Amino acid sequence: MATVQHAVQDVYEPSLFGTYSKKIGMWLFLASDSLTFGALLFAYSYNRIANPAWPTPFHKESIANATVMTACLLSSSLTMVLGVLAANRGDKAWTRNWLLATMFFGAAFTVLHAMEWTKLMGEGMMPWKNPWAETVPQFGGTFFTLTGMHMLHVTIGVIYLGVIALRKKFLPILLLLWLAGWLATPAQSIFHYGIHVLLLGAIVSAIILFLKPKDYDSQDVEVAGLYWHFVDLVWMFIFPLVYLMSTKVV
Amino acid sequence: MHDVTAAHGESKLTYFWVWGGLLFLTAVEVVLAYRQVLQPVRMLEVLLVLSVIKAALITLYFMHLKSEIRPMRWLLLISVSGCFFLMWVFFFPDANRIIHLGVK
Repeated sequence: MATVQHAVQDVYEPSLFGTYSKKIGMWLFLASDSLTFGALLFAYSYNRIANPAWPTPFHKESIANATVMTACLLSSSLTMVLGVLAANRGDKAWTRNWLLATMFFGAAFTVLHAMEWTKLMGEGMMPWKNPWAETVPQFGGTFFTLTGMHMLHVTIGVIYLGVIALRKKFLPILLLLWLAGWLATPAQSIFHYGIHVLLLGAIVSAIILFLKPKDYDSQDVEVAGLYWHFVDLVWMFIFPLVYLMSTKVV
Repeated sequence: MHDVTAAHGESKLTYFWVWGGLLFLTAVEVVLAYRQVLQPVRMLEVLLVLSVIKAALITLYFMHLKSEIRPMRWLLLISVSGCFFLMWVFFFPDANRIIHLGVK
Protein backbone atom coordinates (compact mmCIF):
# COMPACT_ATOMS: atom_id res chain seq x y z
CA MET A 1 0.00 0.00 0.00
CA ALA A 2 1.47 3.30 -1.06
CA THR A 3 1.92 5.83 1.68
CA VAL A 4 1.15 9.47 1.12
CA GLN A 5 3.82 11.84 2.25
CA HIS A 6 2.94 15.40 3.02
CA ALA A 7 5.50 18.18 2.85
CA VAL A 8 6.41 19.21 6.38
CA GLN A 9 5.82 22.88 7.02
CA ASP A 10 8.36 24.14 9.48
CA VAL A 11 7.41 27.80 9.14
CA TYR A 12 4.08 29.54 9.51
CA GLU A 13 2.58 31.22 6.48
CA PRO A 14 3.45 34.92 6.25
CA SER A 15 0.94 37.24 7.91
CA LEU A 16 -1.79 38.62 5.67
CA PHE A 17 -1.04 42.11 6.95
CA GLY A 18 2.75 41.92 7.10
CA THR A 19 2.96 42.26 10.86
CA TYR A 20 2.89 40.14 13.98
CA SER A 21 -0.35 38.64 15.29
CA LYS A 22 -0.33 40.47 18.64
CA LYS A 23 -0.54 43.79 16.81
CA ILE A 24 -3.32 42.59 14.52
CA GLY A 25 -5.21 41.34 17.57
CA MET A 26 -4.91 44.69 19.30
CA TRP A 27 -6.06 46.57 16.16
CA LEU A 28 -9.11 44.31 15.95
CA PHE A 29 -9.92 44.97 19.60
CA LEU A 30 -9.50 48.73 19.08
CA ALA A 31 -11.79 48.63 16.04
CA SER A 32 -14.51 47.00 18.15
CA ASP A 33 -13.96 49.39 21.08
CA SER A 34 -14.20 52.36 18.72
CA LEU A 35 -17.69 51.17 17.80
CA THR A 36 -18.68 51.14 21.48
CA PHE A 37 -17.58 54.73 21.94
CA GLY A 38 -18.89 55.67 18.51
CA ALA A 39 -22.38 54.46 19.39
CA LEU A 40 -22.32 56.33 22.72
CA LEU A 41 -21.06 59.53 21.09
CA PHE A 42 -23.56 59.27 18.25
CA ALA A 43 -26.44 58.88 20.72
CA TYR A 44 -25.11 61.76 22.82
CA SER A 45 -24.71 64.10 19.81
CA TYR A 46 -28.21 63.27 18.62
CA ASN A 47 -29.66 64.14 22.04
CA ARG A 48 -27.54 67.29 22.29
CA ILE A 49 -28.65 68.74 18.97
CA ALA A 50 -32.28 67.68 19.32
CA ASN A 51 -32.82 69.43 22.65
CA PRO A 52 -32.91 73.26 22.75
CA ALA A 53 -33.04 73.16 26.57
CA TRP A 54 -29.73 71.25 26.88
CA PRO A 55 -27.86 72.78 29.85
CA THR A 56 -24.52 74.54 29.37
CA PRO A 57 -23.01 74.49 32.86
CA PHE A 58 -19.28 74.30 32.09
CA HIS A 59 -17.88 77.70 33.01
CA LYS A 60 -14.27 78.74 32.45
CA GLU A 61 -12.83 76.81 35.42
CA SER A 62 -14.32 73.55 34.12
CA ILE A 63 -13.14 74.24 30.58
CA ALA A 64 -9.65 75.16 31.85
CA ASN A 65 -9.55 71.91 33.87
CA ALA A 66 -10.70 69.87 30.87
CA THR A 67 -8.13 71.59 28.63
CA VAL A 68 -5.34 70.71 31.11
CA MET A 69 -6.65 67.12 31.10
CA THR A 70 -6.49 67.12 27.28
CA ALA A 71 -2.91 68.44 27.39
CA CYS A 72 -2.02 65.66 29.88
CA LEU A 73 -3.36 62.96 27.56
CA LEU A 74 -1.67 64.43 24.48
CA SER A 75 1.64 64.62 26.37
CA SER A 76 1.15 61.03 27.53
CA SER A 77 0.79 59.96 23.89
CA LEU A 78 4.08 61.69 23.10
CA THR A 79 5.89 59.98 25.98
CA MET A 80 4.34 56.66 24.95
CA VAL A 81 5.64 56.93 21.38
CA LEU A 82 9.07 57.92 22.72
CA GLY A 83 8.91 54.80 24.92
CA VAL A 84 8.19 52.66 21.85
CA LEU A 85 11.21 54.24 20.09
CA ALA A 86 13.39 53.44 23.13
CA ALA A 87 12.10 49.84 23.17
CA ASN A 88 12.91 49.52 19.45
CA ARG A 89 16.56 50.46 20.04
CA GLY A 90 16.79 48.10 23.04
CA ASP A 91 17.16 50.81 25.70
CA LYS A 92 15.34 49.16 28.65
CA ALA A 93 16.02 51.96 31.13
CA TRP A 94 14.55 54.70 28.94
CA THR A 95 11.66 52.45 27.87
CA ARG A 96 10.76 52.14 31.54
CA ASN A 97 11.23 55.87 32.13
CA TRP A 98 9.01 56.91 29.24
CA LEU A 99 6.36 54.37 30.29
CA LEU A 100 6.43 55.76 33.84
CA ALA A 101 6.05 59.30 32.42
CA THR A 102 3.04 58.10 30.41
CA MET A 103 1.55 56.57 33.55
CA PHE A 104 2.11 59.82 35.42
CA PHE A 105 0.18 61.84 32.83
CA GLY A 106 -2.56 59.20 32.75
CA ALA A 107 -2.89 59.23 36.53
CA ALA A 108 -2.93 63.05 36.52
CA PHE A 109 -5.76 62.94 33.99
CA THR A 110 -7.76 60.52 36.16
CA VAL A 111 -7.24 62.55 39.35
CA LEU A 112 -8.28 65.82 37.64
CA HIS A 113 -11.30 64.10 36.19
CA ALA A 114 -12.26 62.66 39.57
CA MET A 115 -12.04 66.14 41.07
CA GLU A 116 -14.29 67.46 38.28
CA TRP A 117 -16.85 64.72 38.95
CA THR A 118 -16.79 65.44 42.69
CA LYS A 119 -17.36 69.16 42.05
CA LEU A 120 -20.28 68.50 39.68
CA MET A 121 -21.88 66.04 42.10
CA GLY A 122 -21.47 68.61 44.85
CA GLU A 123 -23.50 71.02 42.70
CA GLY A 124 -26.31 68.45 42.51
CA MET A 125 -25.57 66.69 39.24
CA MET A 126 -26.44 62.97 39.21
CA PRO A 127 -26.90 60.45 36.38
CA TRP A 128 -30.66 60.92 36.65
CA LYS A 129 -30.93 64.66 37.34
CA ASN A 130 -29.15 67.99 37.20
CA PRO A 131 -29.80 71.39 38.81
CA TRP A 132 -29.64 73.40 35.56
CA ALA A 133 -32.39 71.89 33.41
CA GLU A 134 -35.17 69.85 34.98
CA THR A 135 -36.55 68.94 31.54
CA VAL A 136 -33.24 67.39 30.47
CA PRO A 137 -32.54 64.62 33.01
CA GLN A 138 -30.42 62.71 30.46
CA PHE A 139 -27.65 65.33 30.66
CA GLY A 140 -26.16 63.70 33.76
CA GLY A 141 -26.59 60.17 32.45
CA THR A 142 -24.88 60.89 29.13
CA PHE A 143 -22.07 62.83 30.79
CA PHE A 144 -21.26 60.25 33.46
CA THR A 145 -21.60 57.30 31.07
CA LEU A 146 -19.27 58.73 28.42
CA THR A 147 -16.66 60.16 30.76
CA GLY A 148 -16.93 57.20 33.15
CA MET A 149 -16.32 54.66 30.37
CA HIS A 150 -13.34 56.69 29.22
CA MET A 151 -11.96 57.07 32.76
CA LEU A 152 -12.19 53.29 33.19
CA HIS A 153 -10.23 52.79 29.97
CA VAL A 154 -7.55 55.24 31.16
CA THR A 155 -7.27 53.46 34.53
CA ILE A 156 -6.94 50.06 32.86
CA GLY A 157 -4.35 51.57 30.52
CA VAL A 158 -2.27 52.87 33.42
CA ILE A 159 -2.34 49.43 35.06
CA TYR A 160 -1.43 47.79 31.72
CA LEU A 161 1.56 50.10 31.30
CA GLY A 162 2.62 49.50 34.89
CA VAL A 163 2.66 45.75 34.28
CA ILE A 164 4.76 46.21 31.12
CA ALA A 165 7.17 48.68 32.77
CA LEU A 166 7.65 47.18 36.22
CA ARG A 167 6.19 43.65 36.03
CA LYS A 168 5.85 42.00 39.48
CA LYS A 169 7.27 45.08 41.24
CA PHE A 170 4.11 46.95 40.18
CA LEU A 171 1.78 44.72 42.25
CA PRO A 172 2.63 46.10 45.74
CA ILE A 173 2.54 49.66 44.34
CA LEU A 174 -0.93 49.08 42.90
CA LEU A 175 -2.19 47.51 46.14
CA LEU A 176 -0.78 50.44 48.13
CA LEU A 177 -2.53 52.91 45.81
CA TRP A 178 -5.80 51.00 46.20
CA LEU A 179 -5.53 51.03 50.00
CA ALA A 180 -4.53 54.71 50.15
CA GLY A 181 -7.34 55.67 47.76
CA TRP A 182 -9.91 53.67 49.72
CA LEU A 183 -8.89 55.17 53.07
CA ALA A 184 -8.48 58.73 51.75
CA THR A 185 -11.87 59.02 50.02
CA PRO A 186 -14.96 59.77 52.14
CA ALA A 187 -17.51 56.96 52.41
CA GLN A 188 -20.21 58.93 50.58
CA SER A 189 -17.96 59.53 47.56
CA ILE A 190 -18.46 57.34 44.50
CA PHE A 191 -14.68 56.93 44.27
CA HIS A 192 -14.65 55.17 47.67
CA TYR A 193 -16.19 52.25 45.76
CA GLY A 194 -14.74 53.01 42.32
CA ILE A 195 -11.19 52.66 43.71
CA HIS A 196 -11.78 48.90 43.89
CA VAL A 197 -11.04 48.87 40.15
CA LEU A 198 -7.39 49.07 41.24
CA LEU A 199 -7.82 45.96 43.41
CA LEU A 200 -9.43 44.10 40.54
CA GLY A 201 -6.60 45.25 38.28
CA ALA A 202 -4.04 44.01 40.80
CA ILE A 203 -5.70 40.57 40.99
CA VAL A 204 -5.87 40.20 37.19
CA SER A 205 -2.28 41.46 36.79
CA ALA A 206 -1.06 39.01 39.45
CA ILE A 207 -2.75 36.09 37.66
CA ILE A 208 -1.10 37.09 34.38
CA LEU A 209 2.32 37.82 35.88
CA PHE A 210 2.54 34.59 37.89
CA LEU A 211 0.92 32.22 35.40
CA LYS A 212 2.78 33.56 32.39
CA PRO A 213 5.94 35.35 33.49
CA LYS A 214 7.89 36.87 30.64
CA ASP A 215 10.29 39.64 29.79
CA TYR A 216 8.17 42.13 27.86
CA ASP A 217 9.88 43.10 24.61
CA SER A 218 9.49 45.92 22.07
CA GLN A 219 6.47 44.24 20.49
CA ASP A 220 4.65 44.22 23.85
CA VAL A 221 5.49 47.90 24.38
CA GLU A 222 4.24 48.77 20.91
CA VAL A 223 0.96 46.88 21.41
CA ALA A 224 0.46 48.61 24.79
CA GLY A 225 1.15 51.89 22.99
CA LEU A 226 -1.63 51.19 20.50
CA TYR A 227 -4.13 50.82 23.35
CA TRP A 228 -2.90 53.99 25.03
CA HIS A 229 -3.12 56.10 21.86
CA PHE A 230 -6.66 54.80 21.31
CA VAL A 231 -7.64 56.06 24.77
CA ASP A 232 -6.25 59.48 23.81
CA LEU A 233 -8.03 59.36 20.46
CA VAL A 234 -11.42 58.78 22.11
CA TRP A 235 -10.88 61.82 24.36
CA MET A 236 -10.29 63.92 21.21
CA PHE A 237 -14.01 63.35 20.51
CA ILE A 238 -15.38 63.41 24.06
CA PHE A 239 -13.74 66.71 25.04
CA PRO A 240 -15.24 68.87 22.27
CA LEU A 241 -18.61 67.12 22.07
CA VAL A 242 -19.32 66.91 25.80
CA TYR A 243 -17.43 69.86 27.31
CA LEU A 244 -17.06 72.42 24.53
CA MET A 245 -20.63 71.95 23.27
CA SER A 246 -21.91 72.75 26.78
CA THR A 247 -19.78 75.79 27.58
CA LYS A 248 -21.42 78.37 29.83
CA VAL A 249 -21.22 81.74 28.11
CA VAL A 250 -21.21 84.56 30.65
CA MET B 1 9.60 38.07 13.12
CA HIS B 2 8.31 41.55 12.53
CA ASP B 3 11.18 44.03 12.52
CA VAL B 4 9.83 46.83 14.64
CA THR B 5 12.95 48.95 14.16
CA ALA B 6 12.77 49.01 10.39
CA ALA B 7 9.02 49.53 10.18
CA HIS B 8 8.75 53.05 11.60
CA GLY B 9 10.61 55.71 9.65
CA GLU B 10 9.55 58.78 11.66
CA SER B 11 12.08 60.65 13.76
CA LYS B 12 11.58 62.05 17.26
CA LEU B 13 11.15 65.53 15.77
CA THR B 14 8.15 64.36 13.73
CA TYR B 15 6.43 63.20 16.89
CA PHE B 16 7.08 66.53 18.59
CA TRP B 17 5.62 68.36 15.58
CA VAL B 18 2.53 66.13 15.68
CA TRP B 19 2.19 66.76 19.43
CA GLY B 20 2.47 70.53 18.83
CA GLY B 21 -0.12 70.33 16.06
CA LEU B 22 -2.53 68.47 18.33
CA LEU B 23 -2.13 71.07 21.09
CA PHE B 24 -2.69 73.87 18.55
CA LEU B 25 -5.90 72.26 17.22
CA THR B 26 -7.11 71.82 20.82
CA ALA B 27 -6.51 75.53 21.46
CA VAL B 28 -8.49 76.40 18.30
CA GLU B 29 -11.40 74.27 19.52
CA VAL B 30 -11.39 75.89 22.97
CA VAL B 31 -11.32 79.42 21.51
CA LEU B 32 -14.15 78.64 19.07
CA ALA B 33 -16.30 77.14 21.81
CA TYR B 34 -15.60 79.71 24.47
CA ARG B 35 -16.26 82.67 22.20
CA GLN B 36 -19.43 80.94 20.85
CA VAL B 37 -18.33 81.83 17.34
CA LEU B 38 -20.83 79.46 15.69
CA GLN B 39 -24.37 78.19 16.26
CA PRO B 40 -24.72 74.74 17.89
CA VAL B 41 -25.29 72.65 14.75
CA ARG B 42 -22.47 74.37 12.84
CA MET B 43 -20.30 74.24 15.98
CA LEU B 44 -20.86 70.47 16.20
CA GLU B 45 -19.86 70.06 12.55
CA VAL B 46 -16.68 72.14 12.95
CA LEU B 47 -15.69 70.40 16.19
CA LEU B 48 -16.26 66.99 14.57
CA VAL B 49 -14.06 67.91 11.60
CA LEU B 50 -11.28 69.12 13.93
CA SER B 51 -11.63 65.95 16.04
CA VAL B 52 -11.36 63.75 12.94
CA ILE B 53 -8.17 65.62 11.91
CA LYS B 54 -6.70 65.09 15.40
CA ALA B 55 -7.74 61.43 15.36
CA ALA B 56 -6.09 61.00 11.94
CA LEU B 57 -2.83 62.53 13.23
CA ILE B 58 -2.81 60.23 16.26
CA THR B 59 -3.70 57.14 14.20
CA LEU B 60 -1.25 57.76 11.37
CA TYR B 61 1.78 58.94 13.37
CA PHE B 62 1.51 57.85 16.99
CA MET B 63 -0.14 54.51 16.20
CA HIS B 64 2.19 54.08 13.18
CA LEU B 65 -0.65 53.16 10.82
CA LYS B 66 1.20 55.19 8.18
CA SER B 67 3.99 52.58 8.26
CA GLU B 68 1.70 49.58 7.94
CA ILE B 69 1.02 47.94 4.58
CA ARG B 70 -1.83 49.29 2.48
CA PRO B 71 -4.29 46.34 2.86
CA MET B 72 -4.24 46.74 6.65
CA ARG B 73 -4.78 50.53 6.47
CA TRP B 74 -7.66 50.25 4.05
CA LEU B 75 -9.30 47.32 5.84
CA LEU B 76 -9.35 49.19 9.15
CA LEU B 77 -10.53 52.44 7.57
CA ILE B 78 -13.28 50.83 5.50
CA SER B 79 -14.58 48.55 8.26
CA VAL B 80 -14.76 51.24 10.95
CA SER B 81 -16.22 53.83 8.53
CA GLY B 82 -18.71 51.25 7.31
CA CYS B 83 -19.91 50.58 10.85
CA PHE B 84 -20.34 54.31 11.53
CA PHE B 85 -22.29 54.58 8.26
CA LEU B 86 -24.56 51.77 9.49
CA MET B 87 -25.21 53.73 12.70
CA TRP B 88 -26.28 56.74 10.67
CA VAL B 89 -28.39 54.81 8.17
CA PHE B 90 -30.53 53.25 10.91
CA PHE B 91 -31.51 56.73 12.01
CA PHE B 92 -32.23 57.87 8.45
CA PRO B 93 -34.21 60.06 7.72
CA ASP B 94 -34.47 61.31 11.31
CA ALA B 95 -30.68 61.73 11.49
CA ASN B 96 -30.93 64.40 8.78
CA ARG B 97 -34.26 65.90 9.81
CA ILE B 98 -32.96 66.53 13.34
CA ILE B 99 -30.75 69.30 11.97
CA HIS B 100 -33.87 71.32 11.16
CA LEU B 101 -35.61 70.69 14.47
CA GLY B 102 -34.71 71.72 17.99
CA VAL B 103 -31.54 73.76 18.27
CA LYS B 104 -30.72 76.10 15.39
